[in-house]
Amino acid sequence: MTPLRASIVGVIASLVLLVIVLELVRGRRLKERYALLWLATGVLSAWRGALNTIAGWVGVETYPPAVLFAVATLFILLVLLHYSTVLSSLTDENVELAQRVALLEERVGRPSPSEPRVPEG
Amino acid sequence: MTRTRIVAIVPALNEEGIIGKVVDEIRAVSPEIDVVVVDDASSDETAAVARSHGATVLRLPFNVGIGGAVQTGFRYALAEEYDRAVRLDGDGQHDAREIPKLLEPVERGEADLVIGSRFAEGEASYRPPFARRIGIRVFARLVSLLSGQHVTDTTSGFVALDRVGIELFAREYPHDYPEVEATLVALRSGLRLAQVQVEMRERETGASSITFVRSLYYIVKVLLALLVSSLRRYPRLQGTSR
Repeated sequence: MTPLRASIVGVIASLVLLVIVLELVRGRRLKERYALLWLATGVLSAWRGALNTIAGWVGVETYPPAVLFAVATLFILLVLLHYSTVLSSLTDENVELAQRVALLEERVGRPSPSEPRVPEG
Repeated sequence: MTRTRIVAIVPALNEEGIIGKVVDEIRAVSPEIDVVVVDDASSDETAAVARSHGATVLRLPFNVGIGGAVQTGFRYALAEEYDRAVRLDGDGQHDAREIPKLLEPVERGEADLVIGSRFAEGEASYRPPFARRIGIRVFARLVSLLSGQHVTDTTSGFVALDRVGIELFAREYPHDYPEVEATLVALRSGLRLAQVQVEMRERETGASSITFVRSLYYIVKVLLALLVSSLRRYPRLQGTSR
């Protein structure tokens, strides 16, 4: 059994996380698709019953919270991996934009303002 | 019959000391060749110097790395409908006088990609340091193994392409340390490869982009890229020059 006080603290922490995530989405500072990940995190950490059930499934009998750490670690790794894929595609898109800017600037025939000028002759 | 349009793509990063000479040498080889310098956001006067020597300059708004810079040139060649592209470095290590030799197999319609190899005909006067020589050999063997074709020098940045090659590299080109992987991608896409013996010069100014510290990353990155590339599927391109 999880001590009552620990449960209360856990639920409060989860609720705080949920409120922060919802607030970020409301203010359009977080995209819904990423918010889903964080909402799932908040719900899972608040839902103690699910934890004990999962512990039973994987055969952890002596110390159910160990499953929490395992799941939490795995979840964080997945979130980070997801960010790596997002970063990768952003990098590619960024490079392509830079390349198109270079081609367009050449076509327009105007050196970019950041370019140092050299006196002719 | 319209004349064959050729573009020389020269990636450059902080090469104001030599870029003018590089551009002049290419233009001296043939007035038919348009020179395009891709300035990878240099902090010096590279772009202005290249322009004053008659090159078209594509200036990237920020540094994207050698592969991204070179690809900018291929995209330009594709957009401007060039028939041939030659790529050579902005540091002067590739001898522009070798360009006609490099273009020969393309002109004869025998190849889509021509690599200026330092080892095509056995021993060359170019003798890189031992570790690098081993690296070049290992990559060449690996690419040969994975593509089923004998490749002697996959790390060379001195290459010529026909329209098919331009189209491929405009669409698909690795961003950092690109040469080895690009060679494999080209071969797996069905491009016809030719290798021509070229001499390379010692650098005159600047420093090689491959420092000792970066070597390890280079090796691991290229090995991983080769592995992943050989697992990917590439659409077979029509291996005929137009």
